[in-house]
Amino acid sequence: MSNDIKIKKGLNINLVGEAEKSLEEAIVSNFCTIRPEDFHSVTPKLVAKENTSLKAGDVVFYDKNHEEVKFVSPVSGTVVEIVRGPKRRIDAIKIQADKEQTFKDFGKFDMNSDADTLKAHLLASGCWPFIIQRPYDVIADPARTPKAIFISGYDSAPLAADLDFVLKGKEAQLQAAVSALSKLTKGKVHVGVNANTSPLSGLNDVTVHKVSGPHPSGNVGTHINKISPINKGETVWTISAADLVIIGELLLTGKFNAERVVALAGSSVKKPRYFKTRIGSEVSTMVYDNGVEKGGNDRIISGNVLSGKQVKPDGSLGYYATLISVIPEGDDYEFFGWNKPVFDKISSTRALTFSWMNPNKKYDLDTNTNGEHRAFVVTGSYEEVFPLDIFPMQILKACMYEDLDEMEALGMYEVAPEDFALTEFICVSKQPHQEIIRKGLDLMLKEIG
Amino acid sequence: MSLKSKLHEIKKKYEGKKMAPAFNALHTFLYTPNETTHNGTHIKAVDDLKRTMNTVIIALVPCLIFGMFNAGYQHYLALGEIESANGFLGSSFWTLDNLVVGLWTVLPLVIVSYGVGLAVEFVFAVIKGHEVEEGYLVTGMLVPLIVPVDIPLWMLAVAVIFGVVIGKEVFGGTGMNILNPALTIRAFLFFAYPTWMSGDKVWVHGAVERDNMIAAGQNLDAISGETILGTYAQSQEVAYSYADMFFGLIPGSVGETSKLLIIIGALFLIFTKIASWRIIVSALAGALVMGLIFNGVVDAGWIGESSKFFGLMSVPFWQHLIIGSILFGAVYMATDPVTSSQTNKGKYIYGFLIGFLSIMIRVFNPAYPEGVFLAILLMNVFAPTIDHYVVQANVKKRRKRLKMVNA
Repeated sequence: MSNDIKIKKGLNINLVGEAEKSLEEAIVSNFCTIRPEDFHSVTPKLVAKENTSLKAGDVVFYDKNHEEVKFVSPVSGTVVEIVRGPKRRIDAIKIQADKEQTFKDFGKFDMNSDADTLKAHLLASGCWPFIIQRPYDVIADPARTPKAIFISGYDSAPLAADLDFVLKGKEAQLQAAVSALSKLTKGKVHVGVNANTSPLSGLNDVTVHKVSGPHPSGNVGTHINKISPINKGETVWTISAADLVIIGELLLTGKFNAERVVALAGSSVKKPRYFKTRIGSEVSTMVYDNGVEKGGNDRIISGNVLSGKQVKPDGSLGYYATLISVIPEGDDYEFFGWNKPVFDKISSTRALTFSWMNPNKKYDLDTNTNGEHRAFVVTGSYEEVFPLDIFPMQILKACMYEDLDEMEALGMYEVAPEDFALTEFICVSKQPHQEIIRKGLDLMLKEIG
Repeated sequence: MSLKSKLHEIKKKYEGKKMAPAFNALHTFLYTPNETTHNGTHIKAVDDLKRTMNTVIIALVPCLIFGMFNAGYQHYLALGEIESANGFLGSSFWTLDNLVVGLWTVLPLVIVSYGVGLAVEFVFAVIKGHEVEEGYLVTGMLVPLIVPVDIPLWMLAVAVIFGVVIGKEVFGGTGMNILNPALTIRAFLFFAYPTWMSGDKVWVHGAVERDNMIAAGQNLDAISGETILGTYAQSQEVAYSYADMFFGLIPGSVGETSKLLIIIGALFLIFTKIASWRIIVSALAGALVMGLIFNGVVDAGWIGESSKFFGLMSVPFWQHLIIGSILFGAVYMATDPVTSSQTNKGKYIYGFLIGFLSIMIRVFNPAYPEGVFLAILLMNVFAPTIDHYVVQANVKKRRKRLKMVNA
């Protein structure tokens, strides 16, 4: 049987402002901010108080529900501020970076060790949070053994960083990481790549799948659904390819090196390109000086335009992000916008819209919703962009009326919010699909676990 | 100050007030709102519900315009004042005189339909505090097209109120209803005022009036306005050519007579991906299959010429598509996404059964020989059941997978 995955359903959203393949060192950020909200369903318990000085790799907080899961500092420096929200919720931990970075030494890992030693090593060094589990799309539960591990080596989202470029020269780290991870599962480590030129396609200890087709062909959820869909009671783990580099480096050198290559892209960026920076760095060190107009009416997103998080200009790079997208805000009215012919926006229909005539044209989309929130009316359109063997509208409705049995039966264990990004994009009723799915998953996690 | 900023100020002023939905409806009619995305996708495709509904209205406009000309044409033809047009482009069809009669009779139907329907929608939006939703834009256009020209306006108004309130709003508004609102309105008229919805007088403007005058003893030429279905039901010869049936120069509900324009509208809706081709194609297939079955029954000699079903049963199967409103129903009514089956597989079954039942009801109900709206309403009710079984197949597949893993 061929390992290839070819999907037909989906939609490529071509946007203006793809990052040029040139790498720059970002200005060293003075501050590093970690936001517990990046780690869904984690209740942080602080270890590092204000004014504690830390090395890169020292524990900042751990998860109250899984105390062994540690979250470590990406930089060496001093904790300057704990930002708290309502009910003393911890919103952010701000660390002022030292001029000279020092690393905590976790020791070179013996690659012949057994799975439990490896697990303990990853947990202690703060690399565990890179491992995400499905069902529920949360940080993996260390007590469980996954039936397989999935890694997507191809990001098909709009403006996404080219992983072939980002991972170039990191083969050694990637190999170390996947070899180690393959011990943690009874099954295989599956890697999806778009082309044979990918640094991931030549690795040992993995099963490589060549994926092609429109977005979401690069989504790890698509690969899981096509290769080995999750059944009730099963767990699979997913790790983003960029995070493998950090895990690999830890295993090879003993350092938690949070360095990462990030693409800065989007139509509001004058010169979109790649930066070498660190997890948690201030966004402003990249977006200003280098392209985005100061005081401009733009939306800065840590992640891609479909499932990323909005950040303020003084905000920071998300823990998992390999991309910063900047697009114009669309907070303006448009006269008779709903019935005139439209040439400059994307549509999945042909209702006086003309994006179908030129599928490779690049668009400059803004954040306008192009309409108001309504009940579900149109049917059959989600299925055209949703390649999973799941009924998208029915599962969304099941989440809305919180019928756990039905959610389970319809395949809730297999999905993550990002799988519903495209259906949300084309939704005529402007329903928040990803939010609905996230709430549904949270409910199941709470009730079923 | 520009209109845009003025409206924006009023919007801010009335935010959270009771009348806000009514104002917002007018505002968003003029301008797409300045709302931006928050979480989830930061960009959105251009289509919204207004654009979707608007596309259906565009597809209906040719039927409406043709309906106006046909109203005048049938009227003058029945009076004997004009000759038969002999074809779609015939000289006595596209005339100003015909249009004037059409405007005089059809336009009030449109105005009452939209006026009353939207008023009900606004009232509900204000009471319940939700936005005015776009569903009625299409319903309001469909209603005048599926009633006889001379239907009294007060009847239409009563039916529209009934249809919008009972057919839609009690379920929670657009997207929540079980029955197609336009057909609910038609069904209400059909059962509440049957003499106005069937028979041989209602389909031509002025015929009822003149009939009453004859009954009162005046000496006028009686005019007939029977539909082809009615004629067939009585096993009589039909006076219209196939071309007239196809192009629509026949008596019938305002918008459903011209099969040509319905087909053009259907192609437009399928091309724009607004209507489901699955439903349209399978509905026509269902109608053809039922027609073939009836033809087979006649050919086999199981039914004699004396039977009251003989007339309609012996209609060649393909001819069912160009008489009555099966085509209009399949294209504009069955495809309503809210009340039809929602799964793609379900749509095939749903459509097929609509076509199948339409012809069955049409033949077996010779007193009121039209079954399309009843068939669609019936299938509206069964659509969730069809979906249930389609979805269960997917659920079963998942369960089976689980069993294989555990085995």
